[in-house]
Amino acid sequence: MEPKAIFEAVRATFGEAVSELQEEGFRPAFLVVSPEKVREIGRFLRDDPAMKFDSLMCLSGVDYPDRFAVVYHLHSLAIGHRIGVKAYLPRESPSLPSVDGVWPTANFHEREAFDLFGIVFEGSWDLRRILLPEDWEGHPLRKDYKYPEFYHGIKV
Amino acid sequence: MSQDPAQGGPGPAAGPGALGPEAHVMVGNADKFINWCRRSSLWYLLFATACCGIELMQTGASRYDLDRFGAVFRATPRQSDLMIVAGTVTHKMAERLIRLYEQMPEPKYVISMGSCANTGGPFYKDSYCVVKGVDLLVPVDVYVPGCPPRPEALIDGIIKLQKIIDQKRNFAAAAKA
Repeated sequence: MEPKAIFEAVRATFGEAVSELQEEGFRPAFLVVSPEKVREIGRFLRDDPAMKFDSLMCLSGVDYPDRFAVVYHLHSLAIGHRIGVKAYLPRESPSLPSVDGVWPTANFHEREAFDLFGIVFEGSWDLRRILLPEDWEGHPLRKDYKYPEFYHGIKV
Repeated sequence: MSQDPAQGGPGPAAGPGALGPEAHVMVGNADKFINWCRRSSLWYLLFATACCGIELMQTGASRYDLDRFGAVFRATPRQSDLMIVAGTVTHKMAERLIRLYEQMPEPKYVISMGSCANTGGPFYKDSYCVVKGVDLLVPVDVYVPGCPPRPEALIDGIIKLQKIIDQKRNFAAAAKA
């Protein structure tokens, strides 16, 4: 299915929650969706017989100058097409629903985004730090992160 | 007091009295003997955290054959004399490294293998998570440079460590005091 057709189909179901299709200069094309609808849209993309996006290839956090984003790369093994989904979040206390009930693999990716960007995924069944030590302070991939001087008495 | 094999059967129980002209006796000083034992059985703890570990495996394998120096790998710190820190050490790993080092019995030695373990290497300038040199955590005897060092370099490091061990004067120091 072409990105344009996917956009039209999702927009027909969810209306204003799908605001934009970023196609020119993007590979794959991205649907920009509102963050609170991410789980429903994910379930629709997975279960709709014309979509069948059964594989979440990647879930990443992005730190733009004025806002955060969470980006989902979806691939359909059954049909062979792919699409990206993007949700913009405010800089202050970014959070959106977890999609680990739709694609279980999302859990590790969400933990990584939580660990390094501090994005909270509501309703996740296990949201902990995954790479850094449990008692680490701050989220290092944020652009405004300040390096600590010492960690447990060892110079950083 | 010498045993005569012609008389047949095992001779009297070997003891100090059984020493004779044909008994093999080595005379030397105790330090030299102890140091010889220690440097010839450097059992090393596997602590391979990154790509240096591949070179460490290669050094232990048949082509470079670290066994000929009496160095064999151990998977537990309690049987190890030497810790070869092969690779990048993160702050999360630092606590584990210190705990493993403290579990090793004395005397214990550390070889820091490769740029990451020596100074942090390519992560020196802009990293929040890599320890900038394993000597911030444990005392290091020999630094092996390289990224990663070839097996020859690691073997050279082990020979350097053997020379360091040869210089130890444990009993001599005690006798003087």
